[in-house]
Amino acid sequence: MTATIDAPRSPYAQTKRGVNWEKWGWIYMRASGIMLVVLIFGHLFVNLMTGTGISQIDFGFVAGKLADPFWQIWDTLMLWLALIHGANGMRTLVNDYVSRPGTRRLLHGALAASTVVLLVLGTLVIYTFDPCPAGADPSLVASFCEGL
Amino acid sequence: MATAEAEAPAQEVGAVQAFTVTLIVRRFDPEKDAEPYWEDFDVEMYSTDRVLDALHKIKWDQDGTLSFRRSCAHGICGSDAMRINGRNRLACKTLIKDLDVTKPIYVEAIKGLPLEKDLIVDMEPFFESYRAVQPFLIASDKPEKERIQTIEDRARFDDTTKCILCAACTSSCPVFWTDGQYFGPAAIVNAHRFIFDSRDEAAQVRLDILNDKEGVWRCRTTFNCSEACPRGIEVTKAIAEVKQAILTGRP
Repeated sequence: MTATIDAPRSPYAQTKRGVNWEKWGWIYMRASGIMLVVLIFGHLFVNLMTGTGISQIDFGFVAGKLADPFWQIWDTLMLWLALIHGANGMRTLVNDYVSRPGTRRLLHGALAASTVVLLVLGTLVIYTFDPCPAGADPSLVASFCEGL
Repeated sequence: MATAEAEAPAQEVGAVQAFTVTLIVRRFDPEKDAEPYWEDFDVEMYSTDRVLDALHKIKWDQDGTLSFRRSCAHGICGSDAMRINGRNRLACKTLIKDLDVTKPIYVEAIKGLPLEKDLIVDMEPFFESYRAVQPFLIASDKPEKERIQTIEDRARFDDTTKCILCAACTSSCPVFWTDGQYFGPAAIVNAHRFIFDSRDEAAQVRLDILNDKEGVWRCRTTFNCSEACPRGIEVTKAIAEVKQAILTGRP
């Protein structure tokens, strides 16, 4: 004998539509965190441990790296993942400690604006950087500039 | 202390040792005080006594206006959660000898809930979020006989059945302190108890409730709740399991 009885209360009425940003933010923090461990330690290892170590870092070294598509993609990933990771962390801090809606919106806005500006500027630098400025001292720029 | 030492040799073997303890209690009377203040009391305690016994001694012998909640006094009703030496504990489960008695013992109300008087807080926001997760069995079939469950299915949520709703976890959570909208560990623990119950049919409803802006994603895994729980529930683990269930879409 089976009988069905109604649920004691209607199920959760609030059916929210659209993307659950809170959930995706949480997932993003974990995913980007794991990728950043590899990216940042790889970055530090190549810059500081390989070749002649810390003394190799000068304009020519950085320019040489930024002229290589591999390091361009590496640095772009690092920039976007780290900056959004940090900004999202700051957003949760604001949510935690700022209870007034106005102040909250102001800080969130400032955070979003500065993140966008830094992302645009950083990406612009990575892809438009000129490793061989005209008239530069040949001893200061990357070795491949001589042929130009 | 001098008299206690003089009498010591005369005591029979196995007698419980007595010592004087200073309790510094955070007092607040909404009818008189604008702000809470600390007041200290000296009480003669035995090593078998608990913080609750010290509070009883103060209330019964020294200052009858001291207010605190306690019902069963045996660690199961969950009414005497308080902040003892900066950590959330049950006064009835904390032995004085386990604390450093050479220093004063600080006792105050749990944080994050509105203070009503002395050690009593308004628990309503806490129970409101508890009610919001629908903490009861939702099953469509008529309860004519017992609902059979395997040992493994029962073990799945065993840990979270231990909750006594003392609010020690929720009021130890830094997210809850600053954001009273957050469901808090206790509500998530009690949702977990039904989400992972094979007899329950509304796991998805509860997962939807907790997949909210103020739901499980606010948890910052600081483990304060796991540390505070007087029942030893692995609260942070339970919250993580609910997060996982939301991500995979099923318990």
